[in-house]
Amino acid sequence: METRDIAGTSLAFDADGNLANLSDWNEEIAAALAQEEGIDALTDRHWIVLNFMRKEYQENGDAPSIRKLTKQSGVDTKELYALFPKGPAKKAARIAGLPKPKGCI
Amino acid sequence: MAEPIEKVSIVVSRGSLEGVYPGLIMANGARMEGIEATLFFTFFGLDAIIKKRMDNLKVATVGNPAMHIPTVLGAIPGMSSFATSKMKKEMEELDIPPVGEFIEMIHDAGGELYACKATVDMFHLTKNDFCPQVDDIISVGQFYEMSAGAQIIFT
Repeated sequence: METRDIAGTSLAFDADGNLANLSDWNEEIAAALAQEEGIDALTDRHWIVLNFMRKEYQENGDAPSIRKLTKQSGVDTKELYALFPKGPAKKAARIAGLPKPKGCI
Repeated sequence: MAEPIEKVSIVVSRGSLEGVYPGLIMANGARMEGIEATLFFTFFGLDAIIKKRMDNLKVATVGNPAMHIPTVLGAIPGMSSFATSKMKKEMEELDIPPVGEFIEMIHDAGGELYACKATVDMFHLTKNDFCPQVDDIISVGQFYEMSAGAQIIFT
């Protein structure tokens, strides 16, 4: 467990570098984590993905599969990869304050 | 720490359901991790990208000891279809898409798909037989050129 200052708050991170406590998360922290992932500004389209992932996590205890995400959020596969280049599921989960997704699909 | 994998080239050489899915799952999983992925379909693996066949692949119930059914039972008409529909149901529950949808997903995720020229010639196929996501028909030499710097995985 590592503790770092993000957006003016001292936060605990897990071994994957994701937030250790879901409750620490807020939109400002999301923006700071996005910058760490090379995303300068979170747009409305990013937020559709992030909010969908948080909702799924709260309901099912894991981030959704890419298939479920693209079918139900209204953001298709191509756009998802454009919004979160180099690893959409992993990056979106991290920015959304969730642990690394467990699923394979 | 060891260097992370940046690129994979996955060869799909078999045309049964269980022969095709591992390669697709690995290619999609690579893209999910931000790893470049190229799929190369050869021999019966081509069935996974042939429009008319891709969504009708079957589980092999004969000559497959891991099915744990005697070969004579596996050979009964309808057995392969039965095993296939059971497996597809399990996969749907895990959110694993049908082959056609999976190929489209991998393509939209930036994965590249190629058909093996030698097999295409041998089976007298043309580009029109393949789903639109197939980028090209290439020789084994081109495959190696494209795989520069990649890990090659044979399935």
